[in-house]
Amino acid sequence: MAKVVFTKNIQRHVVCPETEVPGSSVREILDNVFTANPQARSYVLDDQAALRRHMTIFVDGRAIRDRQRLSDSITSTSTVYVFQALSGG
Amino acid sequence: MNVTVLVSTRKGLFRLAGKNGNWAIEQVDFLGDNVTLTLTDHRSGRHYAALDHGHFGVKLHRSTTTGWEEVAAPAYPPKPAGVEENDMWGRPLAWSTARIWALQAGGADEPGVIWCGTLPGGLFRSTDHGDSWEIVRSLWDHPKRKQWMGGGADLPGIHSILVDPRNSKRVWVAVSTGGIWFTEDSGASWSQRGDGMRAEYAPPELTHDPIAQDVHCLAQCLAAPERMWVQHHNGIFVSSDEGATFNEIAGVEPSTFGFAVVVHPREPDTAWFVPETKDEKRIPRDGRVVVTRTRDGGKSFDILTNGLPQRDAYDIVYRHAMAIDASGNRLAFGSTTGGLWVSEDQGDSWSGVTHTLPPIHAVRFA
Repeated sequence: MAKVVFTKNIQRHVVCPETEVPGSSVREILDNVFTANPQARSYVLDDQAALRRHMTIFVDGRAIRDRQRLSDSITSTSTVYVFQALSGG
Repeated sequence: MNVTVLVSTRKGLFRLAGKNGNWAIEQVDFLGDNVTLTLTDHRSGRHYAALDHGHFGVKLHRSTTTGWEEVAAPAYPPKPAGVEENDMWGRPLAWSTARIWALQAGGADEPGVIWCGTLPGGLFRSTDHGDSWEIVRSLWDHPKRKQWMGGGADLPGIHSILVDPRNSKRVWVAVSTGGIWFTEDSGASWSQRGDGMRAEYAPPELTHDPIAQDVHCLAQCLAAPERMWVQHHNGIFVSSDEGATFNEIAGVEPSTFGFAVVVHPREPDTAWFVPETKDEKRIPRDGRVVVTRTRDGGKSFDILTNGLPQRDAYDIVYRHAMAIDASGNRLAFGSTTGGLWVSEDQGDSWSGVTHTLPPIHAVRFA
């Protein structure tokens, strides 16, 4: 089970508690998170289910590379941070 | 009589209340968030507020008896595999709502119908008060839609939606830039309108092409829907045939450049504008905020200044930031520098409510 942590700033719009979910890719991880918390989906992903332009995701300290398909790998011990990118102002 | 004005700003939704000529901010919602537009649906009494959270995207909220609830924001359908479409800058066009730029209630005979215009150009329709949205594919898939271009923003967008008060199947939308589009079958099919407008920023072969027109705002007289007014990127245009053809109104002082236009609900010849020095500077001329008003279909204009700042003022009034109420006597407008004014005598005099709001995107009578 990977641990998923959301930015504090999202919490006043939609509550996204720290959680642990199964999955071998960022896509699988997020799908599992959003199945349980559907309102949060559009806060992180755009209409095409790509990562929003000014959001960023770190897996074990590395920013993910595939922002469209979210194919970056996850292990059972991974920690995933869903953060705002500073580029968004 | 109590009157409420919803003021959408970069840092919240301010509720302006007026009673016996006294105006004050009585409530703030979404403080700190970017509220870009509101709609009051007079059929249901509900308010809608569009928010742009930047990082977290565009959201839509609907009023309840106790506050607000988030409802679905219009979302684009999956982009089919193999479809390649670039914006005017050569970048892949994201099929994703970048801004809610128009909200309009449907007709009295279709409760629950709401229209929504967006950047990058999608028109959406809800039939359930905004619980769900569907893109109007006939317009999004129209081959000429790909000729729309950004105007004021990188992406094209639908900013004006008019529903014919006589027949709610007939709808006009205006695009910056992409001209005026018309349906008479609730959006099943569309045709371009707007012959007679002129785009001085376009090459000669496109100057009079209706699709090249950067309509900043399109307004319609409710009692005489055949009369439409356009504040255009390079002028003022008026139509007497439902937007099929337009005539240019030239020579209006201090300028024919601006963003907003409102028309009297029962007097088609009466319309108001907020002029600015065109186009390169976009500031009030000589630091004076004025409103121009015609009562004769554009033959002549009054320059209204009573109560408006007449020196050192650099307020810009965006396309949704001026409104007129159902009486036709009361107007309100707000500026990019946080100024907010109300008139109760058709603009002859103005009361400055505040000069310290956040930048104002939109002003609407509730």
